[in-house]
Amino acid sequence: MLEAIGLSSLDDLFRDIPEAVRSRFEPLGIPGRSEQEVAGEFAALASANAASTKASLLGGGVYDHYSPSIIGHMLSRTEFYTAYTPYQPEISQGTLSVMFEFQTLIAELTGMEIANASMYDGATSLAEAMLMASRIRRNTKIAVSKSLLPAYRRVLDTYAWAADLELCEVPFDTAGRLDLSGMPEDPAVLIVQSPNAFGVIESLAGVKDQLGDTLLIVSTYPMSLGLIEPPGALGADIVTGEGQSLGLPMGFGGPLLGLFATKKAYLRQMPGRVAGRTVDSEGATGYAMAAQTREQHIRRERATSNICTNSALCALAATVYLATVGADGLRHVARLNHDKAHYLAEKLCELDGYDLAFDAPFFNEFVVRVPGDPEGLRQMLDQAGFLVGGSEDLASLGVPNALRFAVTESRTREELDRVVRLLGGVR
Amino acid sequence: MKTIFERVCSQPAGGVFPVSDVPTYETEVSLARTASLRIPNLSEPTVARHYTYLSKLNHGVDDGFYPLGSCTMKYNPKLNEDVVRLPGLTAIHPETPREDAQGALEILYELSGLLKGIAGMEAVSLQPVAGAHGELTGMFLLKRYFELRGETSRRRILLPDSAHGTNPASAAVAGFSVTEVASDETGMVDLDALDAALDDTVAGIMLTVPNTLGIFEERILEVTEKVHAAGGLCYFDGANLNSFLGRARPGDMGADIFHFNLHKTLSTPHGGGGPGAGPIAVSAPLVDYLPVPWIVRDGKSFRLDWDRPESIGSVHSFYGNFLVAARAYAYILQLGDEGLRAVSENAVLNANYLQEHLKTAFELPYDRLCKHEFVLSGAKLPNGVTTLDVAKRLIDYGVHPPTIYFPLIVKDALMIEPTETEGLETLDRFVDVMRTIAEEAASDPSLLLEAPHNAPVRRLDQTRAARQPELTYPLDAEDCS
Repeated sequence: MLEAIGLSSLDDLFRDIPEAVRSRFEPLGIPGRSEQEVAGEFAALASANAASTKASLLGGGVYDHYSPSIIGHMLSRTEFYTAYTPYQPEISQGTLSVMFEFQTLIAELTGMEIANASMYDGATSLAEAMLMASRIRRNTKIAVSKSLLPAYRRVLDTYAWAADLELCEVPFDTAGRLDLSGMPEDPAVLIVQSPNAFGVIESLAGVKDQLGDTLLIVSTYPMSLGLIEPPGALGADIVTGEGQSLGLPMGFGGPLLGLFATKKAYLRQMPGRVAGRTVDSEGATGYAMAAQTREQHIRRERATSNICTNSALCALAATVYLATVGADGLRHVARLNHDKAHYLAEKLCELDGYDLAFDAPFFNEFVVRVPGDPEGLRQMLDQAGFLVGGSEDLASLGVPNALRFAVTESRTREELDRVVRLLGGVR
Repeated sequence: MKTIFERVCSQPAGGVFPVSDVPTYETEVSLARTASLRIPNLSEPTVARHYTYLSKLNHGVDDGFYPLGSCTMKYNPKLNEDVVRLPGLTAIHPETPREDAQGALEILYELSGLLKGIAGMEAVSLQPVAGAHGELTGMFLLKRYFELRGETSRRRILLPDSAHGTNPASAAVAGFSVTEVASDETGMVDLDALDAALDDTVAGIMLTVPNTLGIFEERILEVTEKVHAAGGLCYFDGANLNSFLGRARPGDMGADIFHFNLHKTLSTPHGGGGPGAGPIAVSAPLVDYLPVPWIVRDGKSFRLDWDRPESIGSVHSFYGNFLVAARAYAYILQLGDEGLRAVSENAVLNANYLQEHLKTAFELPYDRLCKHEFVLSGAKLPNGVTTLDVAKRLIDYGVHPPTIYFPLIVKDALMIEPTETEGLETLDRFVDVMRTIAEEAASDPSLLLEAPHNAPVRRLDQTRAARQPELTYPLDAEDCS
């Protein structure tokens, strides 16, 4: 092959890299290894994560949900996972059809008119929504609920600083719900999370009416929407969320799945890819990327966002998840989450010194004020095989001496009873 | 082509989830869902067949050649897919106490070290989850750097016209304005144009190395020296790392920020458009501004470090795409130094081989040694045949088309990147196919103009998709039950 291109050595292929650069090169100093050795190394690394053998009651945006077997099998179709962005629609109808179905499912679930084909995660999706709302309103003042997950707030802070936006915090009341009396004057948008960092379901009915021209962004937890009214039905202009609950593993926090839905009227301001239904030259139905003139590869520095690679395979997982469980399954699993969490909350509150921090409806996650040091209790539960947390997040939000419990369909009554017995024994 | 919404509702009893083992608790009526929830209830075989059918309408790397320029569509070892399905890696919550996640933290820590070595730079953050996200994070770092130095008038980013498509948008989202810098006739940065653009309002330059023409910037050291001398910093878009892996390091070229595309260079399949990962490496002056948390080692154990007061903050909910990072770690461990070096050797050899064999059948505007990719032009095709027609005709021959109409500095571009994982048999067949298509363009242009003929659909009306966007399936008024 070298001969065919008129070169005599492989080094000649790199003669255009300055000698001063090449001569400074230092290798990593690592030998190659066989597949079998690397497999062994990873088996050891995986077994060093004791968490995977413990029962998780951790929440805060990522949850230990059950993923139906079929999802792994569909995601393992190499035609899906070894393809890229469907720039050539005629040989990407699989990916494009899935995008179209995903957009339809997310729009329906959130109660919105349109959705994009995914963003990176719940936090960046919310940050992009904030930028979009600021663009629409040509206003740099952003009102954000204080009860936002701190992990999301950190990302908003970074994006807002870079875009010279002013973030104004809206407090929560004693029930852990948004306190609208603390709204700043004429912000571009109000950003709310529901369920919020305390697991509390915000009462959004009527909020939009009080906002005037101010837009409403709601960051939501899609599984909860099997049970509770979606933000779209409550007047939200943009709905974002973390889609991990729809069939994705926790994966130490990534890859995740950013959801983004809005009104048709805002399509031209929406970030991210979308697939649209169209026809081929013989009139048959097919799918192609649509509204690309918003995107970075066409609009360059005037694009609505710089996003290119998104979370397509995670969106496939969510699509297969929703298709598999159906509306009935989603309602059922949401109900399981809700009821199991309420069961645990009820039992914990029967213990001396334990009380719900907020007297407000919640979905599958709640905050409990605990007697004594939450870190000590956390460690005790960890030793017994249960993971809980949230105390640092809660303290940063002004709720000290508390733990957050998230209960999914993966937890059994037996496990929940054991948690209660363990905490009841420590007095 | 049916959607899932047109399949017949047929879910039998049983289902995925068990019956409840706790009492029912009432949901407050005012909060309960009243909106429709029109998601069909289907049987598992119906769903399995639907998505298996859809998958067959796709072309992936495992189906055949995929020379999509700038995307590095290489074959990735299957082992890497298996290791990230180990429950010990998937079933860990990101807020797991550190003592229960030592294996995960070790992977992140060790991979950061390896990437630092590959880049030849001071420190790495694995938090950005895509190439464009790495660019954005890099722009945030620049902003912080100049903010803390009190040089807030540095608001301009220079961009060669041969830079990657996401670069201008990334600079703009971070609040910078963009000034384009022309290339000279060799396809490299025009140093006079660079001089003219440099002043004390410039924050930095975003270079794609090698550039989107597949040409290595031979005067890279002069370019970075000039930018540094003017007080600016140098961002390197690392999407094309496949071309110098194991041979050269951006840190030795004057880079201050370098992003990796783990899904291009270091083994994560592209997933139909993601997820990927876009870790960044930085030079010494920027280290303190990297996103929090950091992954640090104390003796034999690993932990998260949030105490970085000058950090830009966070750019992701957690620590980036851990399972993508794990694949990259497995990939680098398996290749070792020799394997990494072989990646760039074969990638560049394959690209030059194709370039040499295709330059007689198609116009090659920049005829010189290329790196991992090269750009042909379809501007002089006969009989009204366009680059788009060539792309669609390739589909008939079972080849995924190259990137087309990009970079913009080549008229009607066909950007071809074979990658290192293709053998001579595939390359020679591609040469034959491309030459055949060039002949067809002259002798029987309708074969191209009406292509594709053998795909699941004929040529799609993308204008309609753009002008009359139909983005959701029109669901029936009634819930499916």
